[in-house]
Amino acid sequence: MDFSSINPALLIASLMVSATPILLAAIGEAVAEKSGVLNLGVEGMMIVGAVVGFIIAVNTNAPLLGFICAAIVSGIFSMIFGILTQYLKSNQVATGLGLTLVGLGLSALLGRPYEGMKSPTLRALDIPFLGDIPVLGKMLFSHDLMIYFSVFLVAIVWWFLKFTHAGMVLRAVGENHDAAHALGYKVVRVRMLAIMFGGATSGLGGAYISLARVPQWTEGMTAGAGWIALAIVVFASWRPWRVLFGAYIFGGVTVLQLNLQAAGASIPVEYLSMSPYLITIIVLVIISSRGNQGAPASLGRPFHASS
Amino acid sequence: MIKKLLELDGIFKSYPGVIANSNISFDINVGEVHALLGENGAGKSTLVKIIYGLVKPDSGNLLLNGAPFKPGTPSEARKAGIAMVFQHFSLFEALSVAENISLGMDHPPNQKDLGEKIKSVSESYGLPLDPAKTVGALSVGERQRVEIIRCLLQNPKLLVMDEPTSVLTPQEVDILFKTLLKLRSEGTSILYISHKLEEIRKLCDTATILRLGKKVDTCTPKNTSTKKLAEMMVGSSIKAPKKINKPAGRILLKIENVCSLSKSQFGTPLTNIEFDLKQGEILGIGGVAGNGQDELFAVLSGEQISQKGSISFNESNITKFTPNQRREIGLLSAPEERLGHAAAPNMSLIENILITAEQSQDLVSRGFIDWKKSKAFAEKVIKEFDVRTPSSKNTAGSLSGGNLQKFVIGREILQNPTVFIVNQPTWGVDAAAASSIRQALLTLSESGAAILVISQDLDELLEISDRFAALNEGTLSQIEKTADLSFEQIGLMMGGAKDLEARNV
Amino acid sequence: MFKLEKRPQQSQKWIYLSPFLAVVITMISGGILFAILGENPFEAIRIIFWDPLFDPNFASYSRPQLLVKAGPLILIAIGLSFGFKAGVWNIGAEGQYIMGAIFGASLALAFYPMESKLIFPLMIIAGALGGFLWGMIPAFLKAKLNTNEILVSLMLVYVAESILASVSQGLLKNPDGYGFPGSRNLQKYESAANVEIISNSGMHWGVLFAFITVIFSYIVLTRHIQGFNIQLTGEAPRAAKFSGVNPTANIVFCLGISGALAGLAGMFEVAGPSGQITIEFNSGYGFTAIIVAFLGRLHPIGILLSGLLIALTYIGGELAQLMLGLPGASIQLFQGMLLFFLLATDLFANYRVKIGTN
Repeated sequence: MDFSSINPALLIASLMVSATPILLAAIGEAVAEKSGVLNLGVEGMMIVGAVVGFIIAVNTNAPLLGFICAAIVSGIFSMIFGILTQYLKSNQVATGLGLTLVGLGLSALLGRPYEGMKSPTLRALDIPFLGDIPVLGKMLFSHDLMIYFSVFLVAIVWWFLKFTHAGMVLRAVGENHDAAHALGYKVVRVRMLAIMFGGATSGLGGAYISLARVPQWTEGMTAGAGWIALAIVVFASWRPWRVLFGAYIFGGVTVLQLNLQAAGASIPVEYLSMSPYLITIIVLVIISSRGNQGAPASLGRPFHASS
Repeated sequence: MIKKLLELDGIFKSYPGVIANSNISFDINVGEVHALLGENGAGKSTLVKIIYGLVKPDSGNLLLNGAPFKPGTPSEARKAGIAMVFQHFSLFEALSVAENISLGMDHPPNQKDLGEKIKSVSESYGLPLDPAKTVGALSVGERQRVEIIRCLLQNPKLLVMDEPTSVLTPQEVDILFKTLLKLRSEGTSILYISHKLEEIRKLCDTATILRLGKKVDTCTPKNTSTKKLAEMMVGSSIKAPKKINKPAGRILLKIENVCSLSKSQFGTPLTNIEFDLKQGEILGIGGVAGNGQDELFAVLSGEQISQKGSISFNESNITKFTPNQRREIGLLSAPEERLGHAAAPNMSLIENILITAEQSQDLVSRGFIDWKKSKAFAEKVIKEFDVRTPSSKNTAGSLSGGNLQKFVIGREILQNPTVFIVNQPTWGVDAAAASSIRQALLTLSESGAAILVISQDLDELLEISDRFAALNEGTLSQIEKTADLSFEQIGLMMGGAKDLEARNV
Repeated sequence: MFKLEKRPQQSQKWIYLSPFLAVVITMISGGILFAILGENPFEAIRIIFWDPLFDPNFASYSRPQLLVKAGPLILIAIGLSFGFKAGVWNIGAEGQYIMGAIFGASLALAFYPMESKLIFPLMIIAGALGGFLWGMIPAFLKAKLNTNEILVSLMLVYVAESILASVSQGLLKNPDGYGFPGSRNLQKYESAANVEIISNSGMHWGVLFAFITVIFSYIVLTRHIQGFNIQLTGEAPRAAKFSGVNPTANIVFCLGISGALAGLAGMFEVAGPSGQITIEFNSGYGFTAIIVAFLGRLHPIGILLSGLLIALTYIGGELAQLMLGLPGASIQLFQGMLLFFLLATDLFANYRVKIGTN
């Protein structure tokens, strides 16, 4: 095999590309979970985003519009989960799973006419000066808008949760919904907004797969990315910058594995392609063995205002 | 001239099946401490929630400073100058003191200014607090301070306090009373909810007594005897349990040097717990909530295996016994939390019998459940402990607190335990049920069983226990004969000596 | 606006009524969906729910298919229901199903072409073992390290799919298959074939096992202490601990039994209807069974009925694909909607709904 074909600068650059869908989905889910909602429908919301983004981008030839529509539609789609769990008090685990199953079905239905087509992709930004730095320029400053947006989003979420009053209310709701209610905060409303945010960013993540990473539409193309995003939230102990770190590590593993495949490593392809999932399991094991620190205390618990 | 601050006129609120408040009227004057006295279920909480904007009354009016007052939300109530300290604190353990306080304010200043303000206000009222600390790391008494400071920062005209002393040592109660009297002298009115009569006579200017959702009377507690107040609160005179003095027998349970880490992040680990429990005696363990009570119970019931030390039963070592192995030898227990720990809320009483009575009543053979036998035992418990329920098929969650507690205690007592461990036997239970539960414990001890009662109700412990000890931050105080103890000494035992010195400075 | 009032105890009436209500609402919204897709909704509903069973042209083919499809769904869903009752969320039945098939097929292929009456029983054991072992991975991690079983069991589906791809192109590839991926056809290997017990009924050994499992599960849940412990753990985990239920044993039991039953389903499928190990062997039964379990209220009889109903939507869906050109994915959507409406109508069992202000 030929390791010389693996270029470290390209490796980092493609790492960011492959991490971004998971990063986008995970940062939204982290916010939802911080508010006390466990939404297992990330995979479903991502794939809906992927198909909607693709359809819009192909038909309008405007990938950016595709991303925007993906965020909106997935945000609306997540409201099914929101209404069921927050207003109709359904079980969050079952509802989240249902959302994933419906999302997969719905996307397959919508995307069928688009199978095999190619989509327009986002242009890489032309960043003057920075992009011209040797190695570093190619590594960090020659990406498309969404990659920078995803990092920006992490910063915003971090700032929001740490420094704003609304962020503090969100954390309080996730920590103790009864107490938050007793103080007069609208638990259900806060959670609905958090769920919708999670849906929108998952949609963006999904669209990034179908519009930038691959870029075409195939049924079930998220291939577990949503579940990996859920694992990364746990890995990150619900902290935004650690979500970024986790997603990039994961992106690194995926890219390395793909590079090894391309370089003709002697390990069979099937074993390389299962490695991201195995590594996710290993990471979960390491995290759980030192205790799930930082989990919001009301995570997954149903809230009913008794008074 | 006395000025009225808040007038309640004909407040009525009903829930399906219950009338929580029926036509309640009384006034709270400016600068008075007004007691709201009543048993569990008398309607105190509902009334307070109405005043604080959490519940809307079906009918009736509130007047604040003579003007109609209809708070739709707690935030509206706060704006009108009403602040409230909850019984079950509305705090967020993972957040800091300053963040917690900020969440309870409508226009919080930035965190830095708030920190300064918290420091100055808390010190001027004798309730020191560090604004940067995480609430989960605070003691229960300190948590209450967070609630109080949160209220004081709003400069309230009316401060509502829901059973504030149930979580405090006698010394901490004194500090709280000083704070409240200082507030009164500054013109703040206080609505003080309690069922502790002595406290009310000591602190309050006026008392309104509720029973079964109706107002019984408004009186001046200082001029009313404790007995009279008790009668108004309970309705009929409750017969106090009879206690017979009898010599204690041989040691049944011996705890030596037990240490145990807490499972929950903010729990209290136990260090070097030692005591004996003798045949025919009741050992009472007092202490403020959160000082290791749950951990002690878990180590004794077998839910948690102690990391160090030993537990012996009848001179045989049972340190590593599972809950079921302990039940087999006659060591039974009843936890504090009725719903979810002692009983499964959505399961029937018959099913709930199986939780602890499987072995002693021989309810399972070769893995198969004898439902007839379970039903018979459930009905026996219901009958002998006067559990009010339509049938044994009803779910545990559909019973009232008192009835479920009678069921839970009865389930264990009817299995004839040799040693019985019980945590908060009468917590949140009406007076009649509490009295019958205490009587049942005394009867059990007379028959030769050894009983350990963990409780935060000092009156209860003094009433039924032969010996008394207190838990403080996971360590057990000296054990003393109850008859020789004064309240002062009990307070010292609960507080732990070090703690007290620091506070007296 | 409407207002919810928590019932002191669950309404028995609504527990049984809500699945039927959910089915009716799904049919109505499904009809609307088909109308949007440009089909006559009444015809589409008839083709999905009626024709497979009663249309003279299709029934002779479709009726046996009902059992063929319902068998694995019921088998897997019964296994899942134990865990779901106890709060142990095995989402990876699809992976356990694949591993059961691989184990069962490997055993058969190891003996090929020897003929013996012992081979099929051994395959049953191997299939159950394959699923069981795959289920033990999340069980062990959950019990020892408290690792989230939802994510681990799900990740293992992807791992199992990779293994499936690998063996169907390598280890188990048919040496006489002209280089095409996929194993020998087990249906043509007499000792290993999972045949119909009654011809033209669809009733193969797996279906029989599914029915036996329903009865077994009913007895365990209503009469046996293990069933009680499972329900207690789900209802009140602390009470279960207090009662002396061993949480580790519980997790191992729930994941073990659901893994073993999913593995069995996979084995019966590979030795019967499917016949061979291929890359596309798994068809999502492991995920659909989650819907079956919930729709059946986690109750054995309910699962039996909901398994048949979902099997009907599969067959009806295929028929609709054939007759109306409806996309296959619309049935998946249909099944998902069913789950949503069930979860929504659950509300009535736990709450009283009052209309009006205040």
